[in-house]
Formats: sequence, structure tokens, C-alpha cells
Amino acid sequence: MTSKIILIAEDNPNDEELTLRALKKNNISNDIVVVRDGQEALDYLFGSGPHAGRDLGQRPQVMLLDINLPKVNGLEVLKRIRADERTRTMPVVILTSSAEERDRLAAYASFANSYIRKPVDFDQFTEAVRELGLYWLVLNEPPPRPRSVATT
Amino acid sequence: MLTSTTALVLAGAALVVREAVSLRQLLGTELSTRAGILAGNSTAALAFQNPEDATQVLAALKTDPSVVAAALYDDRNRLFATYPEGAAPPLVPAAPGSPGNHFEKQHLFVNQPVVEGERRLGTLYIKTDLRELNRGVREHALVVLCAVLGSIVVAFALSTWLQRKITRPVRILAEAAQAVSEHKDYSIRAQTESDDELGLLAGSFNDMLAEIQERDTALRASEVRLRQLNTDLERRVAARTAELENSNRELEAFSYSVSHDLRAPLRSIDGFSKALMEDCGEALGQTGIGHLERVRNSARQMGVLIDDLLNLARLSRAEMRREPVDLAAIGKEITTSLTEAQPERQVTFVVDPNLRADGDSQLLRVVLDNLLRNAWKFTSKKPAARIELGRTGENGGTTFFVADDGAGFDMAHSDLLFAPFQRLHRQSDFEGTGVGLATVQRIIHRHGGRLWAQGAVGSGATFYFTLWEAGS
Repeated sequence: MTSKIILIAEDNPNDEELTLRALKKNNISNDIVVVRDGQEALDYLFGSGPHAGRDLGQRPQVMLLDINLPKVNGLEVLKRIRADERTRTMPVVILTSSAEERDRLAAYASFANSYIRKPVDFDQFTEAVRELGLYWLVLNEPPPRPRSVATT
Repeated sequence: MLTSTTALVLAGAALVVREAVSLRQLLGTELSTRAGILAGNSTAALAFQNPEDATQVLAALKTDPSVVAAALYDDRNRLFATYPEGAAPPLVPAAPGSPGNHFEKQHLFVNQPVVEGERRLGTLYIKTDLRELNRGVREHALVVLCAVLGSIVVAFALSTWLQRKITRPVRILAEAAQAVSEHKDYSIRAQTESDDELGLLAGSFNDMLAEIQERDTALRASEVRLRQLNTDLERRVAARTAELENSNRELEAFSYSVSHDLRAPLRSIDGFSKALMEDCGEALGQTGIGHLERVRNSARQMGVLIDDLLNLARLSRAEMRREPVDLAAIGKEITTSLTEAQPERQVTFVVDPNLRADGDSQLLRVVLDNLLRNAWKFTSKKPAARIELGRTGENGGTTFFVADDGAGFDMAHSDLLFAPFQRLHRQSDFEGTGVGLATVQRIIHRHGGRLWAQGAVGSGATFYFTLWEAGS
């Protein structure tokens, strides 16, 4: 059985732990994969680099993507996701500190599914993660997986 | 020259004609007189029918060579005596004509009745030759012609001389003036050697040109200087603009990193404080948890501060549109949302329905939102409050205001009202970051207006603002 994977791209270990903590608090017990920079995110998604040979049939149910990522910027990662047949329809939620209009605009221009600003208040953050999980993992009907997902 | 010649000729001709006419008149009068005398002398000869005597009387005409012929007729108009003696028609007419003087081409003749008392005795006829007269007229005409010709010659000489003396210098002056005005060449000079008034005039003209040339040169020089200055200025403006754009970019990068990087640690402080409280709550005890609550409050407070600060910075950068804005409609929306958020409060909103302004609707919404929220906040301790949005002042009320009857403020500190992060109330009394009014002021300034406040502790505050005061 394929469990629903949540892919988190987050370079800040504190934010990572707080996100995980919030997920756990909300009893979201899915497989959680954390990548710590943009390159690693792309490697994971397309089965390259350290993730060579990964079963690409296991596509994340939703990806939480930070914008400020080392190596490859989050917006660039989003562009490559949308440019690739295998990940084009994957739901991507931008989860960032930035409230800048241009970031929001660029994210939507690259077809982000959602844009959420991380609140400073942890209680609010926990609530945001809960709603996010509920929506994308339970409420939302995921797009059909592309047929050509055979391992390369 | 032609004019004067024509005038001279006409005058000469008139003179000749007049002379001829007056000579004829004179001759006529003379003849009449002589005929009168002769007629008087002939009365006896006629009365006594003595032709010899009559012939004698007529012979007296011999002294005048111009008399060609004369005749005396009796009362029945029959030829009685003639001069020269024995003259017959056609030298003298067979019968007298009508009385008076008569001119023919070459002759003048007169028929003078011979009268004694009331009785007409006969008629005297005298015929004179006009050749003498005509010769006189011709001579006169010749003299006049000579005079006219002489005058013309003199006039021509005079005009030639005058031309050399006056017209030429004037023409030179005129040509110089025209050349100057055509070519804008102030180095041209009128060449003149005369030392009279015209020479003086040309000298003055040349002096004037010299002065103009000098000024022209100075003007050109200052134009060049001005252009130089302009270029310098433009270059400096461009440099400053580049600097400004650069620092704007830096500022943007700064605020971007503030929004990203300053909030992340705050989130950690708050998040891990919460984690600490949850995971080690028992060990921390009531005091420890209390301390952590304060840590969390401060972190959140700082988060709000950062957001406000970023908004303030964004407002200064945001592009502004100028369009008609219905401030009353915006005010209504805000007051409605305030009332809905806290329906338990007793607040009367009074909004003037006719509040139109020109400006950026989004920014003006921020202004009204801040002012009305402030009023809402500072009336929160009153059981019943009144908040008014209206307009006042001259020119049909171009000063807008938001008035409340809330906590008010001390006018002594009014200068601090609009400074960012400055607050006139304790956080424990009324929450806030002190950015709201600074934001309002910045927007009003960008709209070319003024913002000021009036109030007193315990009796409310009124915030006034104007837009586009410079009339821009």
C-alpha cells in the first residue's frame, strides 16, 4: 500500500522541528520526508543524486516548500516541478516567512497551489499546519498520478 | 525731382496764362478808354456832319502804331469817316457791330457809341493789332520757361548735393540696420564720413551696435555657461538618482531580509518556549511557565512590530494612483467591520455621506482604517461612545476629520503622536505598536496634505487631514 507522503523542503532546523512537532500534535502520521535545500528537493522528486533509484511512483501527496532555500531557490524548484511531466500536477504549498508581494506573485505565477505565511505565534502555526494537513491529506482529492512513473 | 519739375512747369504755365489774360484785359480797358476819349472828340464833327473834322480826329490815332484801322459811323450807321483816310471795307466794316470790346485771332476791336447828352450821334470803331501783345506774351512765356528750366537745373543740383549730403548717409544707415536685423550680425558698422547730425546719428547707431554686440557676446557666453551648468546638473541628478535607486534597492533587500530572517528566530523563540512549557511544564513550575509566557508575548509583540515596520516601508515605496475616492463609503465599510467584530460595544458612528477626495483609494483606506480603529480603540473604556467622520474648514470643507470622545491625549505630547513607535498610552491601557499614525502621516504627505490632531486627556481626540494642499 502506498502511504501518503508529505515532502517538506526546509533549511532551518528549528522551523523543521517546529513543523514536525505541529504535524505530530495534530496526529498527522503520514510519511514525512524532509529535504534541506532546493537541490535535494529536486533530487528526491526526480530520483537523481543521492536519491537515484527511488521509486518515483511514490509521489508526495503534498509538498511544503520554503522560498529561501540554499543551492536552488524555492521558486526555482517550483518552476522545475511544473516543467516536468512527472510532477506537474503535484500539489505544492508555499510555506514561508516572506510577506513580500513579489514572492507571492512569483509563486502563483509558477502555479503554486497555495501560499501560506508562517506565523510567529506557534499556536497559530500549529493551527495552520493542522488545517493544511486536514485539507491537503484528507479533504483534497489528489490529482491522478501520471502513468509513466516507472523507475528509471 | 519729377514732382518739383511738374510743379514748376505748372506754375510757369499758370503764370504765362495769367499774364496773357491780364494783358488782354489791360489792352481792352485801354482801348475802351481811348475810344471813349475819341468818341467825345468826335461829337462835334458828327453833330455838324463834318467828315473832314472827323477824319482829323481819327488821324490822331496815328501815334499808336498798333491801331490798324478806325471808322466813325453816323446815327444811321453809315460810314462817316475812316482811318487811315479813305479806308473802305473790308478794312473797316460797312456798318458797326454791337457795342463793346471784341477779340479776334490777331485783332481787338471796339464799337463805342458816340453820345451827346441823351442823344446817340453815331458809333466809333477802332481795330488794333494784337501782334504786339502776343509778342509780349511770348516774351513773357520765354522768360518764365527760362526761369522754370533754371529752377529745375538748380533743383537737380541741389537734390544731387542733398543726396550726397543726407540721403546717402541715411541710406547707408538704413542698409546697415537692415543687414544687422537680417543677419543678426552685430559686428556690422554704418560707414559714414560726414560730421554733421547724420554723422552723429551714424556714430550713435554704431555705438549702440557695439553695445549690443558686447551684450550679445556676454549673453552667448552666459548661455554656454548655463548649458554647461545644466549638463552638470543633469549629470549630478543622474548620479543622485542612481545612488537613490541603489539605496532603494538596498533598502528593499534589507526589508526583504528583515521580513524573512528576523521572523524566523522569533518563531523559534515562541515555538520552543511553547515546546518547553509542554514538555517540561511540571519541572518548570508555575513561575517558570509564567516567565516563558512573557518570552512568548515579547516574541509575538516583536513579530507584530516587524510586520508594521515592513508595511510602513512598503507604503513609502508603493506606487500611487490618483483617482476619485468616496471616503464616506470606505468609512462605512470600516465602521461596519468594527461593529461586527465587537457587537457588544455601544458606539454611535456618524459619517458625513458626502466625502469625496482625489487620491489612491487603497492608501486612503489605510488612513481611514488607522484613524477609525484608533478612535474605536481609545473609546473602548467608555460605556457609550461617539465617533464621527466628517469634513470642516473653508473652501466648502476640504479638511477631513475623525473625532472621538474617548481617552484623548495631552496636547503637550502632540509632537510625539506621529513619530513611529512613539505611544502616548501604556501598553497595559491600550495595545499598539505606535506605527499607525506614522503610517497615516506618511500617506497624507504622499498625497500632498497635512495631518494634525487636537485633544485633551479624557475628552477625546480629533484628527484632521487635508489632501493636495499645494493644489498639485
